[in-house]
Amino acid sequence: MRGDDFWGSFGEKLGVLAIGLAAFAAVVGLVLFLADRAPKKGRDVIQLIAFLAPAVILLAVGLVYPAIRTTLLSFTNRRGEWVGLDNFFWIFTQPNTLVVLGNTVLWVILVPTVSTLVGLAYAIFIDKSKGEKTLKSLVFLPMAISFVGAGVIWRFVYEYRAEGFEQIGILNQVVVWLGGEPQQWLINSPMNTIFLIIVMIWIQTGFAMVLLSAAIKAVPTERIEAAKLDGANAWQQFTNVTVPEIRPTVVVVVTTITIATLKVFDIVRAMTGGNFGTSVIANEMYTQAFNRGEFGQGSALAVILFILVLPIVIYNIRVMRKQREVR
Amino acid sequence: MKSMRKSRLVITIAAVGVAGMALAGCSGGGDNGGGDATDADCTEYEQYGTFEGDSVEVYTTIQGVELDQMVQTFDAFQACTGIQVDVVGTQEAETQINVRAAAGDAPELMIIPQPGLLQRLVGDGYVLPAAQSVEDNVDEFWSEAWKGYGTVDGTFYSAPLMASVKGWVWYSPADFEERGIEVPETWDELLDITEQLAADNESATYRPWCVGFGSGDATGWPGTDWIEDIVLRTAGPEVYDQWVTGDVKFSDPEIVTAFDEVGKILLNPDYVNGGFGGVESIVSTTFNDGGLPILDGNCSMHHQASFYEAQWPEGTVVAPDGDIWAFLTPKADPSAGDAVTGGGEFVAKFVEGEAVDAVQTFMASDTWANLRVGLGGVISANKGLDPELAGSELGRAAIEILQGEDTVFRFDGSDLMPAAVGTSSFWTGMNDWVVGTSDTQQVVEFIDSTWP
Repeated sequence: MRGDDFWGSFGEKLGVLAIGLAAFAAVVGLVLFLADRAPKKGRDVIQLIAFLAPAVILLAVGLVYPAIRTTLLSFTNRRGEWVGLDNFFWIFTQPNTLVVLGNTVLWVILVPTVSTLVGLAYAIFIDKSKGEKTLKSLVFLPMAISFVGAGVIWRFVYEYRAEGFEQIGILNQVVVWLGGEPQQWLINSPMNTIFLIIVMIWIQTGFAMVLLSAAIKAVPTERIEAAKLDGANAWQQFTNVTVPEIRPTVVVVVTTITIATLKVFDIVRAMTGGNFGTSVIANEMYTQAFNRGEFGQGSALAVILFILVLPIVIYNIRVMRKQREVR
Repeated sequence: MKSMRKSRLVITIAAVGVAGMALAGCSGGGDNGGGDATDADCTEYEQYGTFEGDSVEVYTTIQGVELDQMVQTFDAFQACTGIQVDVVGTQEAETQINVRAAAGDAPELMIIPQPGLLQRLVGDGYVLPAAQSVEDNVDEFWSEAWKGYGTVDGTFYSAPLMASVKGWVWYSPADFEERGIEVPETWDELLDITEQLAADNESATYRPWCVGFGSGDATGWPGTDWIEDIVLRTAGPEVYDQWVTGDVKFSDPEIVTAFDEVGKILLNPDYVNGGFGGVESIVSTTFNDGGLPILDGNCSMHHQASFYEAQWPEGTVVAPDGDIWAFLTPKADPSAGDAVTGGGEFVAKFVEGEAVDAVQTFMASDTWANLRVGLGGVISANKGLDPELAGSELGRAAIEILQGEDTVFRFDGSDLMPAAVGTSSFWTGMNDWVVGTSDTQQVVEFIDSTWP
């Protein structure tokens, strides 16, 4: 009976999916068809609108409206009364929230720099080596794991049992083998934040490595040759030729990882739930808004996050524009 | 070009047509009516009357085997009364009920898993007061406290259905015998045997108690059960009721006293955490693993609700003379009756109808309770229930406690508190408390500050 239920509902879901896709295709087809048949006069404008409208509507409903509403909510308390900047004062005066801000800063400093540096070093060392593809895949694999999955895996790595007990976590087992005492990696603050950050670095290094490796391969060999003829050693070749050539890619990698890090939520949620002084802005936003019903305070945190991401995005766009002009 | 246009138009129209047809043919899920019991003895059911072609939907969060057992309880009732009872189980029932009620598509009856939701639905005006026949059954078969949870502002809405008991202390009878320990009758005796077990202990890995608060982002909830149990036992049911509604604050002396009493065990490194480490290992130990060291002799006692019976490994006998057994967290006052915290379900009516009243009355009866408990896996606080029908020794013990003449029953406090406290700050407060980042005063003030 249960089995029938499963296949029944599975078939139903597939049916709904097919209907949705067919309806979507039909509507798009109709709109484009009508745009195609539009009167000669103003056809360009109509076609422009036909193509842009879906994206604009989705952006308005899914991004612009929520952003405005969140901003308005951030000036209200839990009962929806206007309280001005109180929620922001709360963020910057409460010891708990200051820890959250401090943790976020730590994440943003460490994750992008360490991932990029390790990824770059790795990309250079395995460049043109034997089994390069395999070595690359090994580092790139964690990218395919979701943050929650990674959190669960690393929770096992950090698992604690007291001295004298059989260790389940590999890290504590190694410590014991080396003659040390097992540690509560995820509970003793502030080190626990560092151990969470390692998880994100583990995921992001592969991403940095793949992009930078591609950039290094794109550096014209003539320039490297020329530098060699001029008597530059390997380090000088790297700093004076390779680095300037791959700078745009480095910028893209660092900014992308920075934005991902600012938004980090799942790793913290899955591993510590934000307890023991490990919370970050996104996790605290969720806790305040959805666990405690403090939508004003949650929204204020969301606004802070938005403000922090904004300059990075703008900088990113400007770099891309410059590159286009060069080309 | 022209022919191209034509063919495109045809394709477009065809696609619209397909979508339209598919949408028209799209329908909802089926139902699962119970089978007909052919030769049931209908004398039990004459009181409910006979109906022609009425059907009543019972909406619930229950699923799987339990849902099938629930359907079975209506077999004879359907055959004798002619009412078709459709039990519809879905995980999303708690959220879907709001949508369905607002859309005017409410089920006739719903099994509501917690009083908080019942009160909210009553407040929104969706739940209808129960018929007199339902109230008569509740007066006959349930205690005042249970009836109170189904009553909002003096109006009786909802009859209790099933129950669960929290606050068991799990132990190994053989281990107690070996260590020369008797099951304690009072809270003070429990502290005494804890002290004795710690004093006699020569092992580095053994502690009298093992505790696990870990539960992902809900880490800390087992700690709230400890506090609730002790508040009910030391401060009494009246204070407990005021505490869950916020009239008594966490920082009031009665609650702080309960924290201090619990702290005598949980914050003492000589008493916890057997098999796992020191006090701070409480939060890194999952609630599923929390009691298992009892089996390897690394601890003697573990405080957890009745569901923990299913956490013991395959082949563990849970019985007074078995591998594992449990006693109720003892009372503080030896002369008082048992005090129990727990959970339970309520049946609420959303649509008027004689057939609906008949089903709701039947579900509040001793007949239904005995039928359902006889199928196994659940218990009820119904006074007309025969404890012998329970599927396990523990279930039998729980029913006897629930039916006790002077047993005080109270719902799990954190389920009744506002979510901001009950499913958030109370948990994190317990974590900070056992890790030692906050002392009792700081924890109770922090929890009070989050009360909406």
